[in-house]
Amino acid sequence: MSSKRPQPYFSRSQVTLVRGLWMVVTAILAFMTLFPLLWMVSIAFKPAAESFSSNLIPQAPTLDNFIYVLTGVPFIRYMVNSFLVSATVTIVALFFHTMAGYALARLRFPGREILFLSIFSTFLVSLPVIIVPLFVIVKAMGMLNSYVGLIIPAIFNAFGIFLLRQYYLSLPKEIEEAARIDGAGYWRIYWSVILPLSRPIMSALAILFFLANWNSFLWPLTITSDPNLWVVQLGIANFKSQYSASWNYMMAASTIVAIPTLILFVIFQRQIMDSLKTSGLK
Amino acid sequence: MTTIAETTARRRHAGRARLSAKHREWIAGYLFVLPDALGLLVFLGVPMALSLVLSVFEVNGFGGYSFVGGRNYLRMWNDPLFWKGARVTALYAIMLVPLLYVCGLGLALLVQRTDRFNAVMRSMFFAPHMVSLVVVALVWQFMVVDKIGVISRLTAALDMGGFSFLGDPNFALITIVLVSVWFLMGFYMLIFLGGLQDIPRQYYEAAMIDGAGPIARFWFITLPLLKPTSFFVVMVSMVAAVAGAQAFDIIYVMTKGGPANATSVLIVYIYQQAFGFGAFGYAAAMASILVVALMLVTGVFFALTRGGRFNHEQ
Repeated sequence: MSSKRPQPYFSRSQVTLVRGLWMVVTAILAFMTLFPLLWMVSIAFKPAAESFSSNLIPQAPTLDNFIYVLTGVPFIRYMVNSFLVSATVTIVALFFHTMAGYALARLRFPGREILFLSIFSTFLVSLPVIIVPLFVIVKAMGMLNSYVGLIIPAIFNAFGIFLLRQYYLSLPKEIEEAARIDGAGYWRIYWSVILPLSRPIMSALAILFFLANWNSFLWPLTITSDPNLWVVQLGIANFKSQYSASWNYMMAASTIVAIPTLILFVIFQRQIMDSLKTSGLK
Repeated sequence: MTTIAETTARRRHAGRARLSAKHREWIAGYLFVLPDALGLLVFLGVPMALSLVLSVFEVNGFGGYSFVGGRNYLRMWNDPLFWKGARVTALYAIMLVPLLYVCGLGLALLVQRTDRFNAVMRSMFFAPHMVSLVVVALVWQFMVVDKIGVISRLTAALDMGGFSFLGDPNFALITIVLVSVWFLMGFYMLIFLGGLQDIPRQYYEAAMIDGAGPIARFWFITLPLLKPTSFFVVMVSMVAAVAGAQAFDIIYVMTKGGPANATSVLIVYIYQQAFGFGAFGYAAAMASILVVALMLVTGVFFALTRGGRFNHEQ
């Protein structure tokens, strides 16, 4: 609870004491939360013999695990696949969602509210529930075992449309007026007025989309059996069935997969956390 | 905001061109929404409907479909593993949702004050949510390896007995729940922080002048005013738990549904039936039941809360 103002019950020094204890407890909990990730990184740097020793700092740190993972397994290929798929999905999704969000927020046409509600209602449909029919459809479209099959179904989700629509609703009405007086069409307004104004929210969404796709597992697992198309998540999951006892290799692979997302998070934590925070209600 | 005078002036000014301009706006609107609407229809709407259609068919080994009527549903009724899956799913949700609520809200209250220290702490609590579920599952599996994993040794040292986190059917699901909580609590912390932000400071100040202690303030101000957020959190986490949004990845990597089907949530069983045995019709039938269950869950929530609306003045 906030103890910003001195409370009637406690003296000044007691408040400082409570505050200090509070911070210690918070810090301990935060460390415990982070521990599994620290442990992962630690094992990644330990030689196999040290895998189950209980020290967090490796006694004889080594890069061998990383070298093995990057050279012994086509791990680079998996990473390139993941990057290609995630980047393409992110760019196309941002393009489509800004268009839809703009229309749903600022253009008037019959059926707009129903359209928005039906898009919004898909918010709660998660992939596992429709995985079987979705697979059947994508297979019928001939997109099995292809980049297209990895990319296209991943583009569409209501979350991005919803956030962008809310953002566009909050923009002042005057911004399009000037362009309209100049005789600009809707496309021009979207392209040269709306898009530039969306930069902050688009960067936050870009990070979220990229991370979600980099981390996704179920869909790639379902539609790619060709190892050349595997993404990193499939790579490490499969790694486990091959080297089930070599935890040092697995943790090195996990570290390689997790580090880019954690770095992105450290750089953009503000944007990521703010945009998720507002996704709650409103 | 445009005033009425402005609007009528513009209307008069637009004159004859008004109708075609209106229609142009319509067409533009439809075209802008088209790509997303079409995509959502093909890759979300159609699958939902197709799920019901598939459920009355049987798929043979050559990909041929034959109509079987209600046989898949009958099979489900008589399949002990389906019921087991339903039970495990319900257990998972019943354990996960309250735990997540308490942890999410607890963390939010812990780091509610905005200062530099708490900003760092928030990021630390949220960090697990950034890691992929496959990695999460691998790391936790490594830490709870029987006897030699770091957590296994810790529990043994604390004299909690040498039980097996993933090998014992009585503990495996609990382990999966705890891993899910670890992954999700930072996200719900953020949602609760958003909700806490919206509670006006004056309420707390007034209560403090009246001599209300921290517990009274939490009970009579924070909790009641947090109702909309709580509603959102419970509903979203419930739907995600039943649908297996996080559970699938974790279970697929850690236990594959074992031991003795103790972690075989419905979605894992459905996946095995479809992609392990090619029983697409049967899998689709079970998935439609899952969809019905999800609709019931959300329906009950909306009914209980009168459409998710709350009366702040009450």
